[in-house]
Amino acid sequence: MPLPIISVENLSKRYLIGHKRDAQDGLRHVLENALRNPFQKFRQRNSSSTQEEFWALKDVSFDVADGEVIGIIGRNGAGKSTLLKILSRITEPTSGRIRLRGRVASLLEVGTGFHPDLTGRENIYLNGAILGMSRAEIRSRFDEIVAFSEVEKYLDTPVKRYSSGMYVRLAFAVAAHLEPEILIVDEVLAVGDIAFQKKCLGKMEDISKSGGRTVLFVSHNMAMITRLCGKAVLLQNGSVAMIDSAEAVVSQYILSFGETGSEKVWPETERPGNNKARLRAVRVVDAEGRLVSAVDIRRPVWIELHYEALEVLPPGVRTGLRLFMPDGTVVFSSADTANSQWRQKPRQVGQYVSRCEIPGDLLNEGLYSVTIAADIPFVEVLFFQENVVSFQVEQTGGVGGEHAEKWLGVVCPALNWEIKFSDQSRPASILRGY
Amino acid sequence: MQQELIIEQGKTERQYWRDLWVYRELFYFLAWRDLLVRYKQTVVGVAWSLIRPFLTMVVLTIVFDRFGSMPSGGVPYPLLVFCGTLPWQFFSTALSESGSSLVNNSNLVSKVYFPRMVIPASSVISSSVDFLISGAFLVVLMIWYRFAPSPKLIFLPVFVLLSFIASFSAGLWIAALMVKYRDFRFIVPFIVQFGLYISPVGFLSTVVPERWRLIYFLNPMAGVIDGFRWSILGGEHTLYIPGFVLSCTVTLLLTIGAIWYFRSTEREFADVI
Repeated sequence: MPLPIISVENLSKRYLIGHKRDAQDGLRHVLENALRNPFQKFRQRNSSSTQEEFWALKDVSFDVADGEVIGIIGRNGAGKSTLLKILSRITEPTSGRIRLRGRVASLLEVGTGFHPDLTGRENIYLNGAILGMSRAEIRSRFDEIVAFSEVEKYLDTPVKRYSSGMYVRLAFAVAAHLEPEILIVDEVLAVGDIAFQKKCLGKMEDISKSGGRTVLFVSHNMAMITRLCGKAVLLQNGSVAMIDSAEAVVSQYILSFGETGSEKVWPETERPGNNKARLRAVRVVDAEGRLVSAVDIRRPVWIELHYEALEVLPPGVRTGLRLFMPDGTVVFSSADTANSQWRQKPRQVGQYVSRCEIPGDLLNEGLYSVTIAADIPFVEVLFFQENVVSFQVEQTGGVGGEHAEKWLGVVCPALNWEIKFSDQSRPASILRGY
Repeated sequence: MQQELIIEQGKTERQYWRDLWVYRELFYFLAWRDLLVRYKQTVVGVAWSLIRPFLTMVVLTIVFDRFGSMPSGGVPYPLLVFCGTLPWQFFSTALSESGSSLVNNSNLVSKVYFPRMVIPASSVISSSVDFLISGAFLVVLMIWYRFAPSPKLIFLPVFVLLSFIASFSAGLWIAALMVKYRDFRFIVPFIVQFGLYISPVGFLSTVVPERWRLIYFLNPMAGVIDGFRWSILGGEHTLYIPGFVLSCTVTLLLTIGAIWYFRSTEREFADVI
């Protein structure tokens, strides 16, 4: 059996975080420390109690075979970006190791190193060199790159005059013509217009299928993962939760997405928030106030935020929610300042419940996850909790309910239609009617 | 089969120097970018690289020659000053450019891998273009004063190399320090400003009292500037050997220290910047 082209063995990465990190690390602090304790070594200050450890990755192991296209999925903060950064040698692991048996090119961002004052032509060379191409390689692929980017006419214009679409097209074109054995790609396809996205996707498929190249691909777009990847790794809180075929991992991920219940209550000592406000609970309830995990597509559902104000909160303070679909699409965001009576009022110390009604006949069937937040706009965030509760909307014969398969659309609202009829002898009345 | 690359904490040393070679074209590309961009949207463009040393020369000549009546060692004072301005201007530009280069290219540092030393090094390379232009101006100046260079001119490359090493190592220190301590953004202009008066740019190092002479050469640029005058002007301009050796030693220590410090902090750049 051939050796895997990438083997990741017990990889861990620790970050030190602390509330007063900046002050701790500032030059003044270092000098002060050195003056006070000249015999103490500088690095010992790391042991000070204000710094917390945070393991972005913990004991991650997996192998990738030559020519495999592997997807990496997980929620925000699961460690995907850290893994890619270590794989692309931007940052070092704290422990563990990776063996790579091929040339690596990584694409964590399109257009890294583009300089706004340089022309398209100059940027192709510069960006190519930064991504690790030699001058000869760039020259030999120059025409292909230009053709792919569709910016021939503006090659000698500084890229700061480009539209953002042109900029992204050019940047992706350079990256797409890299020819390493291992390609590492972060969410970069989510750029540009639809037509160009399709083109990029096609190019990615070419790369992965024809070239026999190994691709590591991070995305929130589950459809893209199942389409492009054979295998996938699910990361959860820095550890590998599952490695299997892309379909199996994606459906597991979507399931785990719904693992949060319809109610989340924090014990008194763990309530998220700060010294101004704390979140007590979040609940999904029906019109009668009963907790629900499955909702009739035709009936309204309410999201309740229970919180307390520990000091008087200024006018403009708001709590809000954001509804996500399993692939990461935001369905909508809403805040309780939509209530005009409370918008201009300060909130006195005490307990609050902000309830948001999501009307019936609006959401399509499927699983939804709720992220909630409270802030004083432009001043500070009071609390922010991702994916705290979730609920399932079930088709019970609402819009599109007569079909066996899911009615297409992010939402499926009940909309009004008007129909006018006129018999053939009087066609003019149709025109007059509109 | 491809050779294997192992990513592990602290195990990149040998790989590093190989990568520096693999990415050699990047030196060129980054320097080329800096040059293309430097004088974009300026009116007089490249002429700036002449105007700056020229004005410095005029001011220093007026201050030290007219007002200060400093000895000139038998050469026209502007020429004396320009031989000092030439390496000094290079050092100060290279120091400030390469010092801030990592922070200015933070998007590269946090998104792409390549040996980070490429960034400050290519800033030194792009500063050397100004150096060449000013060098050409020195030739014009010598023709103007009908001054024939001494045969010791063949040693000039040694001092040019020395000024490169001094600029690179100082730049490397500042660049690595600035990633973590942005204080150096404010410290560098001071170094450059004081350095102009501390280094023998506007005057001869012989005006420094005998007993301070050796200590004076702790400044690496003192040795470089003396070397420039010795090889270009010749005549009464002698090379103070103990001082020169001291300058070279300081430069060497500075370089070793810079590479060590840079390498040991480099792995954290992406996390800190």
